Amino acid sequence: MSLLGTGILKGLGVTLKHFIQTYAEDFKYIGKKAGIEPRPLRRQNPANHGMVTVEYPREHMVMPENFRYIPFLVKDSATGEDKCTSCGICAKVCPPQCIWIVRTEDPVTKRPVPAPKEFHIDTSVCMNCGFCAEFCPFDAIKMDHNYEITSMSNRQTELVFDKDRLMMPDTYHAGIHPADWARELEDKKADEAKKKAAAEAKVAADAKKAAAAATGASAAATKTAPPPKPPAPPAQ
Amino acid sequence: MAEATTTVPPAAKTAARAEKAEKKPVVTLATLTPEMASLQQHFGADLIQPAPYEGVLITDPARLTEVTNFLHDELHLESLTSATAVDFIKEGYIELVYHAQHITGGAPLCFKTRVSRKDADTVGLPSLTPIYPGVEFQEREIYDLYGVRFNGHPDLRRILLWEGFNGYPMRKDWHEAYYAQDTKPYDTRWPAGNHKLDEERVPWADNVNYPPNFNPAEYTRNPDEGLYDTMYKEAPEQGPTDTPYQNTGIKTDELIVNMGPQHPSTHGVLRMVVKLDGETITDLKLVLGYLHRNHEKIAERNTWLHNIPYTDRLDYITGMPNELGYVLGVEKLLKIKPTERADYLRVIMCELTRVASHFWSIGFLLNDLGAFYTPALYFITEREFVMDLFDEITGSRMMNNYMRFGGVARDVTPEQLDKIRVLVNERFPRAIDEMERLLSDNEIVRMRTIGVGYLSAERCVAYSVTGPVLRASGVPYDLRRADPYSLYDRFDFDVPVLYGGDVYDRYRVRVLEMRQSLRILEQALAQIEQTKVGDIQAGKKAYIHRVPAGEVYSRVETPKGELGFYMISDGGQNAYRYHVRSASFINLGALKEMTVGMKVADAVVILGSLDIVLGEVDR
Ligand code: SF4
Ligand code: SF4
Repeated sequence: MSLLGTGILKGLGVTLKHFIQTYAEDFKYIGKKAGIEPRPLRRQNPANHGMVTVEYPREHMVMPENFRYIPFLVKDSATGEDKCTSCGICAKVCPPQCIWIVRTEDPVTKRPVPAPKEFHIDTSVCMNCGFCAEFCPFDAIKMDHNYEITSMSNRQTELVFDKDRLMMPDTYHAGIHPADWARELEDKKADEAKKKAAAEAKVAADAKKAAAAATGASAAATKTAPPPKPPAPPAQ
Repeated sequence: MAEATTTVPPAAKTAARAEKAEKKPVVTLATLTPEMASLQQHFGADLIQPAPYEGVLITDPARLTEVTNFLHDELHLESLTSATAVDFIKEGYIELVYHAQHITGGAPLCFKTRVSRKDADTVGLPSLTPIYPGVEFQEREIYDLYGVRFNGHPDLRRILLWEGFNGYPMRKDWHEAYYAQDTKPYDTRWPAGNHKLDEERVPWADNVNYPPNFNPAEYTRNPDEGLYDTMYKEAPEQGPTDTPYQNTGIKTDELIVNMGPQHPSTHGVLRMVVKLDGETITDLKLVLGYLHRNHEKIAERNTWLHNIPYTDRLDYITGMPNELGYVLGVEKLLKIKPTERADYLRVIMCELTRVASHFWSIGFLLNDLGAFYTPALYFITEREFVMDLFDEITGSRMMNNYMRFGGVARDVTPEQLDKIRVLVNERFPRAIDEMERLLSDNEIVRMRTIGVGYLSAERCVAYSVTGPVLRASGVPYDLRRADPYSLYDRFDFDVPVLYGGDVYDRYRVRVLEMRQSLRILEQALAQIEQTKVGDIQAGKKAYIHRVPAGEVYSRVETPKGELGFYMISDGGQNAYRYHVRSASFINLGALKEMTVGMKVADAVVILGSLDIVLGEVDR
């Protein structure tokens, strides 16, 4: 430290530099593409020396794909059915235990049917952890990007989301999670290929079995097909 | 405040689970380290026995002081990092668990003693405050949450809860207001999960449960009575040894001023009660617990996996290192190792957090000095880049929920790695240089901080202070070197040490640490290229973990200091005991000694230099 006051002056130089740089970025933008392109909303670029803020709520930042807020359920738009099988894994992994699922039961056999009768998420309790989406084996629950769900009234009616409110078409999911969607399609294709191969193998095996049991009593023919079971959750 | 007698029908599953736990796993006794062996030799095998899983057990609690004196004086375990208790309800005793360590490094020595549950709040135990002053707050916490009386403690009052609270919440038979079941996942959620609000479900919906024969209309006790009593009792001349306060002769009235809990200088909801003589502070007491949510109780209800996102909420500025400390501990119990790439990602995230956290704390130190928001905003801008990266990689800016047992949640893309490289190689070095230009030579900053809030190395160690505050007092103690974890033994970096012990040196140490973090990051970013892309999870990813019975104390160096997790597993899906040794909480114990004798405006700066986060203080 030399002369008293030089430290302060040096510091003021830094402040001045920042002040100028804040506007320099805007001038750059005006010079280049004002009126042609909208202002880039994700301005947090390390090469940028100016302001890094956006004018919320007039402007919204673009959320990265992985961003998670609260979950939504995915509806398969091809079949019109929800993908959820009410396996209950998401309810188990949810740390604050804010997922409530009522499983559908077959009225006759009392066996569980792979679809939820009721599905509630208490979003005022949800801690936005993303475990439900991460551990759902059927890609049936995903994390939303919409963070503007504030409610001024009753928590029970406004913030406890029921199945209807949670359900979104898979096109919406594909729109906000393009990479995840691509992976899903890939998985589906691989699954189908596997199933096809398995089915072919089964046909071959059946043919063999039929040939072997051709002389025996056809007990198998009288057996009724079992009701569809929910696909087993993956091994823990 | 519900007592055990409340009738919540235990679900069938819980009973089954309890039965399963009844079949106790074979408890392995700790193998004695040479230090423990010498302790046993000195006191005899009757008094010192190997404890279950870890450490030694002192069978006679009355002789605790004697043994601890030996540990401190003969074995030179200078600092007591952690003190906590465990409620073994079936066995009928409360076990006190202490971890003492050498300030030169190495694993801590664990010693335990037991007191029966019935005697805990009447007979009690000898307090260790005369030997380790840093244990004062922790003993108060144990008293508060477990109801263990410490005889000879200078100021034994509740610390996190209010005076007059009924019951000891960490005891296993205490149930919180919206109690549902002992452990998660709750049976009411699936398959017949008809949604019901907690408020409607529980009988004591208004969260109040009075003890028998209690009439609230007649209850008039001021909860702060005990606090003010202790402040008025002490004569100003009997200040702490290092900074004896002498009145200069002018007769002034003493004044007690409450700073906080809603005060911008306290970085959250902390209340400092200061006794002033003119503008000079003659005494200081802290009132904590405004953000207390009993993280530990929640964690004991949680499954092991559930708890990862909760650790983010401890010190919410530094989510990543918190998670790391926790998953490292559970991995030790599970006996698994993360993959190489996951390990590198963990280090990268933790070091980015360190840089961001120091930017933040220096910015707010300047706020405390009165430089309102101009410097703070420059540094917050830099931190924002780290937050953005976390947002992109983990999905959340601060509540990252990124680490998993045996790995991390998501891999990074090459573009994201390049972004980190730009920050590490260009942006942050430039920003740190600029920060130094702005502050290090600034006369006002120097005048306000040099010599302010001094604490000597010896007192720091005695108070169990850790982190940059300790290193600014001349003790080169950094867990990344002293007791290396994760990959830190692979990197080339220094532990910055300064000797001033004042606010200025704490600021300087943080600056130097940021530069070292950048050095680690550079190496990690180069080395991660050698690992296999996508290989981020060891073994199969599971959502239910059966953790083998055992006990672990796992600790990491967060930007605030030593963060320790003491956990006991009984072989089930949930932790039997989970304790957080938080740096902010324990560092606060030394605040009084730093501030007495200073001016009231300095108290704000000194508190800022400790860099506390209330989420971690109150837990
Ligand atoms: S884990 Fe997926 S499939 Fe199972 S209940 Fe939840 S949303 Fe439905
Ligand atoms: S995001 Fe987390 S807290 Fe929210 S519903 Fe899913 S699992 Fe539960």
